[in-house]
Amino acid sequence: MNAPRRPRGTSVAFAFALSAAASAGLWVTYWVGGQPQVEGALIGVALGGIAVGLVLLAKLFLPTGGLVEERGRLASTPAEQEAFSREFEWGEGYLDRRRFLVRMLTVALGALGIAAVFPIRSLGPRPGRSLFRTAWRAGSRVVTEDGRPVAAADLPVGGVLTVFPEGHLDAADSQTLLIRMEPNDLVIQPGRESWSPQGYVAYSKICTHAGCPVGLYDRASGRLFCPCHQSVFEAKDGAKPTAGPASRPLPQLPLTVDADGTLRAQRDFTEPVGPGFWNRP
Amino acid sequence: MIVRRPTRWLDDRLGASSFARTALDKIFPDHWSFMLGEIALYCFVVLVLTGIYLTFFFVPSSREVVYQGTYAPLRGVDVSEAYASILRISFDVRAGMVFRQMHHWAAIVFVATIVLHLCRIFFTGAFRRPRELNWIVGVTLLLLAILNGFTGYSLPDDLLSGTGLRIAHSVALSIPAVGTWLAFLVFGGEFPAHDIISRLYVIHILLVPAALATLITVHLALIWHQKHTQFPAPGRTETNVVGSRLWPSYAIKSIGLFFAVGAVLGLLGGLAQVNPVWLYGPFVPQSVSSPAQPDWYLGWLEGALRLFPNWEIRAFGHTVANPFFPAIVLPGITFLLLYLWPFMEQRLTGDRLQHNLLERPRDRPVRTGLGAAALTFYGVLFFAASNDLIARLFRIPVDGVTWFFRIVVIALPPAVGFGVYRFMQGARLIGAESLLEVPLSAVIRPRRAAPSGEREDDRKEEVRT
Repeated sequence: MNAPRRPRGTSVAFAFALSAAASAGLWVTYWVGGQPQVEGALIGVALGGIAVGLVLLAKLFLPTGGLVEERGRLASTPAEQEAFSREFEWGEGYLDRRRFLVRMLTVALGALGIAAVFPIRSLGPRPGRSLFRTAWRAGSRVVTEDGRPVAAADLPVGGVLTVFPEGHLDAADSQTLLIRMEPNDLVIQPGRESWSPQGYVAYSKICTHAGCPVGLYDRASGRLFCPCHQSVFEAKDGAKPTAGPASRPLPQLPLTVDADGTLRAQRDFTEPVGPGFWNRP
Repeated sequence: MIVRRPTRWLDDRLGASSFARTALDKIFPDHWSFMLGEIALYCFVVLVLTGIYLTFFFVPSSREVVYQGTYAPLRGVDVSEAYASILRISFDVRAGMVFRQMHHWAAIVFVATIVLHLCRIFFTGAFRRPRELNWIVGVTLLLLAILNGFTGYSLPDDLLSGTGLRIAHSVALSIPAVGTWLAFLVFGGEFPAHDIISRLYVIHILLVPAALATLITVHLALIWHQKHTQFPAPGRTETNVVGSRLWPSYAIKSIGLFFAVGAVLGLLGGLAQVNPVWLYGPFVPQSVSSPAQPDWYLGWLEGALRLFPNWEIRAFGHTVANPFFPAIVLPGITFLLLYLWPFMEQRLTGDRLQHNLLERPRDRPVRTGLGAAALTFYGVLFFAASNDLIARLFRIPVDGVTWFFRIVVIALPPAVGFGVYRFMQGARLIGAESLLEVPLSAVIRPRRAAPSGEREDDRKEEVRT
């Protein structure tokens, strides 16, 4: 039998050389201004060359496997455990005799801890009624995302528009979907007889499930879809949820058309918009 | 040769030579599955390195500016400073695109290898006494990794991540009693509040990474102190470790693995596009992209949000909103069970002995079956997070897909769990047969004569597993 051929490590040297070449390539790439794909490929080769070289080095030249180490005992001996407990109780004994002082220390630390909680109050404003109302007021003009007032003649039947109350384009809680439907298709909800002039209905655009904008409208079926969790709302039937995880209809904004044909809100939403929260009745 | 003088210098001051020498001699067992945790560790190193580079350029601010950089399609658009700085990193900073994408890929692989590592620990019983503490540290690391993934994902202030924050705000709102205040304090007000980006930033680059680094240190120190587990084989016992020495074999191979992880992440970062925020556009509260899916490790929560029935509790002037159940209760139970599993298993099996030899999944059919059922449950939730994409792919109504998943998520896990349990029972018999090198029937046949004996044996097995 031949004596086992001793490896010469050519492959290891080649791997390291390849890595060095790739790094040199990186210098050039950065020098000429950089290119993400080339950089990624060269980083891969530069690091990969070192990786392959090291692993081959270990496999070819370093002693691997088969060595045994005893684990030894993990736990201390019962005598040591006992000694520790005794030592601890010896010290504790001194404190035990000054029980009142220890209690006062507890009171002091507790008071300090509670004092440390108060600054947290500055992290945010009091919720107050802010979740119960939006920027819509009685007579607010309905405007588009770039502030143009919407007239009743603007939208064709089947049209849809995201609208805000005039002067509050950055009020995220006031985002509203304005949809024009065939008036005969609308199922008028009791108590909302005057809310949808000329087939215009307006619903809060914030999903009642987890607050995403209800951004998809299917004109043919008159359905609104939330792209986040796939809740479905019937636009012609009070935006009632018919599928998915949402459990409440999108709140409806009462609309009116003024003398010069501009759409206005009769008043704010009659219930809190968006997802549920603890103090929502 | 070259280490002699510094060694003497250090040892005069620290006396560390004897510990360091034992360290070099330390034996590590070899098995491919032991690399998973190492890969996660090296992903963390890549995350820190690339992350430091990104902090030099990222601006954690919601202040609005007009974008004027090199990416033409968005020039002149009102964006937040955070979003503008991400575009600058991606298109104007040298290696910025590659490092940003490496960072994102590293996060994806980081959580993935942590989960695989956890599965390895679970299915081989490596969490058993004396390693319960390290299991707890490991589960905490998973929790922190997911948390930091989400905070990092939310920083660019693009349309997709802004939608994710909107959902997070709603989930916070849904918590009974404290939810409203909690959401307002964490976000700084009603959504979209302007403090959230800067707060997420300090959480993402300081608080959670510091906790991760500390716990990783504890994790490794415990492995070091308790010594690694090993699979049973001739010569390997409960009281020894068989493998390679730390110096040089194990160290050189492990450093090689670090470079390999870096190489793969570099290739991914350069060649595989991830989170192209310039295509999503800046966050606008009234806009939303469709489809909208989070990073993979939040897929199970997203799926749970989509599948949970439209229940909401409204009584006595209060509301427990729908997201509370899938997004707070479900992860709460999930991590509670993970934390408690070693102790629950001790309770069920009565096995409180020290274990240094690992088990194979087939050795414990009940545990393996339960694990498979749990993985199936979360796997179904993960796919349910894409119910809109599946509906589009097969041209069926999304409502039907949702109902399909609602049924599957209940029905499939027990079925898979039971199937795996039976399969492992069979595999155990085959394994035993090959070990004995005599036909199993030859061993079992005498017992067949006494049927009660065999049944008793089965029962004992069930108690044990």
